Amino acid sequence: MTDYSVQELMIVAAAREIRDCEVVFVGMRLPITAFGVARLTHAPNAVGLFESGVVRYQPADGMLYTMGDNANQLNAAWTSGLIEVMSHLQRGRVDAGFIGGAEIDRFGNINTSYIGDFKNPATKLPGSGGAADIAAMSKRTLAIMNHEKRRLVERVDYITSPGYLDGGNTRKEAGLNGGPAAVITDRAILRPHGKGNELHLASSHPGQSIEDIREHTGWNLLLHPDATETPTPTKDELAALHAIDKEGFWR
Amino acid sequence: MTDKLRSLKEAISEHVRPGDSVVLGACLEPEVPFAAAHEIIRQNITGLNMIAPISDVSTDMLIGAGCCSAITGAWVGNVSSGLGHNYRRSIEKAEPYRVDVHDHSNFSLGMALMAGAYGMPYAPMRSILGSDILKSNPEHRVAENPFSETGEKVVLVPPLKPDVAIIAVQRADRFGNNHHWGSRGLIFEAAMAAEKLILLADEIVEPDTISSDPSRVLVPGFLCTAVCHVPAGIHPSPMTGRWQRDTAFFGEYHKASRTREGFLAWLDDWVMNLPDHDAYLSKLGTRLNDLKITDSALAAPTNYAAE
Repeated sequence: MTDYSVQELMIVAAAREIRDCEVVFVGMRLPITAFGVARLTHAPNAVGLFESGVVRYQPADGMLYTMGDNANQLNAAWTSGLIEVMSHLQRGRVDAGFIGGAEIDRFGNINTSYIGDFKNPATKLPGSGGAADIAAMSKRTLAIMNHEKRRLVERVDYITSPGYLDGGNTRKEAGLNGGPAAVITDRAILRPHGKGNELHLASSHPGQSIEDIREHTGWNLLLHPDATETPTPTKDELAALHAIDKEGFWR
Repeated sequence: MTDKLRSLKEAISEHVRPGDSVVLGACLEPEVPFAAAHEIIRQNITGLNMIAPISDVSTDMLIGAGCCSAITGAWVGNVSSGLGHNYRRSIEKAEPYRVDVHDHSNFSLGMALMAGAYGMPYAPMRSILGSDILKSNPEHRVAENPFSETGEKVVLVPPLKPDVAIIAVQRADRFGNNHHWGSRGLIFEAAMAAEKLILLADEIVEPDTISSDPSRVLVPGFLCTAVCHVPAGIHPSPMTGRWQRDTAFFGEYHKASRTREGFLAWLDDWVMNLPDHDAYLSKLGTRLNDLKITDSALAAPTNYAAE
C-alpha cells in the first residue's frame, strides 16, 4: 500500500510540469488540481487560463464540474471571453496547455473527434473544443491519458490536436511551433526524444515494469536514454493536494 | 425606443424559421438558454444549423428532437457526463437521421463569429494548422501570409453571420438593453454577428438600472430583436450570481438518453408534455430553490459621475 493513489501520482507529476510564473491552459478534473498543487508548492506565481474566458491566480474552492461553474467566476483575475483568453495562445504567451483525449499516437497527435473514417465513423467523439488550439499554439502540450493499448496507438484515425504529425520536422513544416512535452498516463510518463520527435518511455511509475508498459502501448515504445522511475509525491506535494482535494475525490 | 418584451413562445415563433442558422448559448458551459431550445422543440422548428463552440447538451437535445440538421461547432456532448448519445446515434447510425457536421475548434469558431461581428471578409489565424479539421471542414483555407518574408502559413476562416443568436443574460430592460457578467465565451461575437438577437433575461429591470453601469452591457438594446423574461431559463446550466449548475440533471439526461426510446420518454416528460417554461419550473419544484444562489459577493460600486 502506498500513501497515495495512481491519480494522485499523476496529478503531482502534472504539477511538476508547471514552472513558476508560467501561463497555463488548465483543463477540468485532473489538470486543474495539478495547477492548484503547483501553485501551492513550487509555482506560486503560475497563471491559469480557461477557454470560457476565465483567468485565475488562485484556483477555485471546491470541486468544479465545468470551467463555467459559479465558483470559477468568483474572485477570478478576469472574466472575459473566449477570444480574449485564447488569443494569448496565438500571441505566443502560453507556456503550457493540458489536454486529454481518446487516442494518442507515437508522435503525440491526439484524436477527440472520430474513430474510423471521418466520413463514416464507427464512433463519434465530442470534438475538439479548444484542444486543437491549445495543441497548435502553446509552447508545451501536456497530455493526460489512461494507458491502454487501444488509446496509445501507432497512428490516430483523425488528428484533432496536432502533436509532431509524422515526426521529424513535419510539425514545423506545417507552420507550428511548440509541441507535446509530456504524456502523463496511469503507468508512465512519455516524452518526445531525438530528431524523430517520437514519444519515448521517460519515466515508469513505481510498481510498473517496462515490459508491462510496453505491453499496454500500441507501438514499439522505445526507452528514453534518461529513463527513470517517477519520483513518488513528496510530503509537501501530498499536503498541497489534500488541501485542494478536501473531499478525497482523487484518493 | 421600441418595447421589445415578448413571451418566449412569441419570440421563437416570430424569429426562428425552419432552416435558420442559430447560435444558442455560446457561453460554453454557463448560461445556455435551454428554455429556448425546449420552445424550438415544442414548436417543431426543423432544419436548423446550430452554431456553437460548446452548448452542453442543448445541441444533443435538438438533434434527438429532430430540429437540428447541421452543426457548426467545436464540441457536442455532455460536459460533466461524457458523450452525447443523440449526436453519436445521428453520426454513427443515422438515427433518426444524420446531421451535417462543420468541424471547428473553439478558436476557429471564435474567429468565424468575430469576422461576422466586425464585417471582416475573413479572419486569419495560426490555429488548426496540422489538424484534420482542415480536411473534414474544407471551409477553412490555408494561405500564405502576404506580409511574411518566410512564407508563413495561416488559416483563413470565413465569417459566420447567424440568422439568430439566442443569448441568456442576468438582466435586461424592456428595450433589450442588458447586463451580463461572468465569463462570456463567444456571446459578444454571436450577438454582434447575428441578424437577429433574442435575449432571455433572468430578470427585467428598469432602464435606469442598465444605464447606471454601461460597461457591463453586453450589446446595446438597438441590436436586440426581442427580449423575454425567462427566470432560470438556463436550467440546468449555471448563471453567474443567480443559479448553480444542476449537475445531477445532466447525469439524469445522460442516463435517460442512452437509448432512443429513453430519450423520447425524457423529452415527453421534460419538454413535450409541458406547455411552457413556467410549467417546467413548477415541475422542478423545490429542486430549483436549492439551485438559487443566495450568498452575496457584490462588486465594488463604480462611479460614472460627469462632474
